[in-house]
Amino acid sequence: MKAIEAQSLTKSFGDFVAVDRISFSVEEGEIFGFLGANGAGKTTAMRMLCGLSKPSSGFGWVAGLDIGRQSEKVKASIGYMSQKFALYDDLTVRENIRLYAGIYGLPDRLIAGKTDGLLAGLGFGEERETFVRDLPLGWKQKLAFSVAIVHEPRIVFLDEPTGGVDPATRRRFWELIYQAAERGITVFVTTHYMDEAEYCDRVSIMVDGRIAALDEPAELKRSLGAASMDEVFRLIARGAKRGGE
Amino acid sequence: MVVARELRRRYGETDALRGIGFEVGRGELFGIIGPDGAGKTTLFRVLATLLLADSGSATIDGLDVARDYAALRRRLGYMPGRFSLYQDLTVEENLEFFATVFGATIEANYALVADIYRQLEPFKKRRAGALSGGMKQKLALCCALIHKPELLLLDEPTTGVDPVSRKEFWDMLGRLNGQGITILVSTPYMDEAGLCDRIALMQGGSFLDVDRPAGIVAKYPHALWAVRASRMSGLLGDLRDKAGVLSCFAFGDSHHVATDGSLGPAELERYLASRGHESIEIGRIEPGIEDCFMDLAGAGEGR
Amino acid sequence: MTQFVAFVKKEFRHIVRDRWTMLILLALPVIMLLLFGYAITTEVRNTKVAIYDPSDDVMTRNIVERLSASEYFEVDRLLASPDEAEAAFKGGEVGLVVLFPDRFAEKYARGGEAQVLLEADGSDPNTATTLVSYAKGVIAAYQGELARSAGPAAARARLIDTQVRLLYNPELKGAYNFVPGVMGMVLMLICAMMTSVSIAREKEKGTMEVLLVSPLKPFLIIVAKAVPYFALSILNLATILVFSVFVLGVPVEGSLFGLVLVSFVFIFLSLSVGLLISSMVSSQAAALLISGMALMLPVLLISGMMFPIENMPFFLRALSAALPARWYIAAVKKLMIKGLGPYSVARELAILSAMTIAILAASLRQFRVRLE
Repeated sequence: MKAIEAQSLTKSFGDFVAVDRISFSVEEGEIFGFLGANGAGKTTAMRMLCGLSKPSSGFGWVAGLDIGRQSEKVKASIGYMSQKFALYDDLTVRENIRLYAGIYGLPDRLIAGKTDGLLAGLGFGEERETFVRDLPLGWKQKLAFSVAIVHEPRIVFLDEPTGGVDPATRRRFWELIYQAAERGITVFVTTHYMDEAEYCDRVSIMVDGRIAALDEPAELKRSLGAASMDEVFRLIARGAKRGGE
Repeated sequence: MVVARELRRRYGETDALRGIGFEVGRGELFGIIGPDGAGKTTLFRVLATLLLADSGSATIDGLDVARDYAALRRRLGYMPGRFSLYQDLTVEENLEFFATVFGATIEANYALVADIYRQLEPFKKRRAGALSGGMKQKLALCCALIHKPELLLLDEPTTGVDPVSRKEFWDMLGRLNGQGITILVSTPYMDEAGLCDRIALMQGGSFLDVDRPAGIVAKYPHALWAVRASRMSGLLGDLRDKAGVLSCFAFGDSHHVATDGSLGPAELERYLASRGHESIEIGRIEPGIEDCFMDLAGAGEGR
Repeated sequence: MTQFVAFVKKEFRHIVRDRWTMLILLALPVIMLLLFGYAITTEVRNTKVAIYDPSDDVMTRNIVERLSASEYFEVDRLLASPDEAEAAFKGGEVGLVVLFPDRFAEKYARGGEAQVLLEADGSDPNTATTLVSYAKGVIAAYQGELARSAGPAAARARLIDTQVRLLYNPELKGAYNFVPGVMGMVLMLICAMMTSVSIAREKEKGTMEVLLVSPLKPFLIIVAKAVPYFALSILNLATILVFSVFVLGVPVEGSLFGLVLVSFVFIFLSLSVGLLISSMVSSQAAALLISGMALMLPVLLISGMMFPIENMPFFLRALSAALPARWYIAAVKKLMIKGLGPYSVARELAILSAMTIAILAASLRQFRVRLE
């Protein structure tokens, strides 16, 4: 079974077709980079896949669930993390983990053990009672990711998780992503850093609501004769017409 | 044009600026590069006369940012981190408003913004809130330019904007700079450093280094290698285990490995082969700004 | 000057383009007026009446009969003593108590002494007024009948003297009195809340940063912000007055000039309050919360709009004296309801002016030329 599958997935707002009949699939355990210019429709597509917005037409399945009809089940079986980490600044590290474990429906008897395991895994033993607002950015980011996968979802969606983060922390974060992928979690990630596109197994590039390219980074570079993903992106997105989001 | 001396500023418990000093010459395109939380915005606000430093001084064109703020405000073009536009006004109305507020007219200075505004013209009746990130950024730049400032202060103008729009934006900055406008710009994207005349690398409220991009690269103290193998994920850990490896990070499709003098490529390849890696490629490379930043920011962290 | 005009134009655009702002600005005053003017006036039908009648003669029986024959009243019980009246009210069922003296008919025949006392529950002033006036009407009609049968000369000497006593709220607060309250509330709301929210919005969106680095004088920013709301407040003032006079039938009895003057001062005052709030907060939510909680509630509760100030404990009375709306409402009552001239509100006007100067000075002091 595919982790994510989209068939002619479309979302329009009035006359404006934000996402125009996109079809693709993501294998289980894959790291899938979802790229596109501002306004290309990335965010809208991602919201549909996360069960947050209903497709206007077309179909999509996430973890085998229909995103149109089973959106509540979809939400329960995925993890989600955005650039604005959904952590509560005025709760401690431990309280945040417990909260999200509870929100994702982990049974109470498991939560305490899970929380301790997570804290140990992150090396946050000392900081368990620290308020999240006092953590350095890189730590917050790590915590946000751990919290997003606290319920061991089969798929995690990451929306520009590394924006504005310093280069070393950014790379440390990708190491976390790899670890998750090795545990079999499918990773669906958007980014504006083109070097990060190289870390993905496959990437798609959206232009004007459609998927203009989809392949392994090396294959994209080879077929376009480009030296880097940055060049690939520019070659493909250059023809974009759309200014509106 | 800009002279800053020992600027310090605290916010509660955190030191946003820890003694920043630098100079920017007239007509320079000067970049301040650092991650979120480095203190870039605080520095820009101090220079834009919006915030008083706790200590230290800064002058722009000989005018003190604290004392002569009223005179300075006429000469500055400032674009804050979030595109400060009125979302419910149209493109045209925004530009007109900011022109008038700064005592200018669109007609008088049109030549300056024409290049950028032409791209916005098809959308001039559209509300700013309905523009894409790239378009908002261009409009904000127009608004900051319309009174023909001598110095442009651009705080993270490209954050969250896609690579294509970012490239276009830098092209525009280059052209403006060519017309003699001094530009001070901040960014979290290291790959934009090469587009500046000089850059400051900033982290934790301090400048790590100030120099031409080439100068910073030339100062990189280690030998740097790009390493590739068939199995990339295990490679990182194996490389970090090796004595003589100072740091190792993923860079696109290869790993950048900094070594001290004792470790040569032949030995590295032998070591990796012994760990079971295949199709190993090792090549000497020139460091990029990102390599330099990581080295300056936290030497040894990448082990 | 062109800068100023451009700024004011921009402010009007913000207002016109936000459907909710427009709705609040235009519909709120009318809705409040109608709500207070109509919805709260309860329709009176079959109100239970208690009677204390030690005379029990032909005249008192006639009056009681007529009361119970009307569609408004229903005689519920007879009281054994006047002291039971209060208990009857407290039970909550009885809305009106009619108390006769002893030997009523005899006193009437002798002339002058025939007094009937109507007691009503004043805590619900609208209902109480209505009940009392209906009962008075019934008694007056009966007296008219008596006069016709006895001849005009005899009737002039013999009078039923109807006295009214309102319990719990001796100074009657009728529906009329809501109009001044609504005026105070609407003006305070629109000026203070809207101004503070609109300045806070600029801070939140970051546009304030750009305005601050512009050569525009901060004072000019503030005045330009206030202009549209000043204009809208005047529009609202006019709407309220037109509605009161033509729809609710509350006339402007006193000086219209005085009313407009005191309203202008109050609008200035409210704008200054809005500016003061906006200089203290940096988010729209905080501005809304402060103006909502710190202005609306006190205006509603202790300004004399709903509950009489005289009945409040000292602490609340003191608090109420610090409330601008209290003085404005008092002045409007004098000018609209009591029909007094402009000189009668000199004290209120002086207090409001002093408050304006103090708050304006405080908010200008607070306004910074920098971000913090």
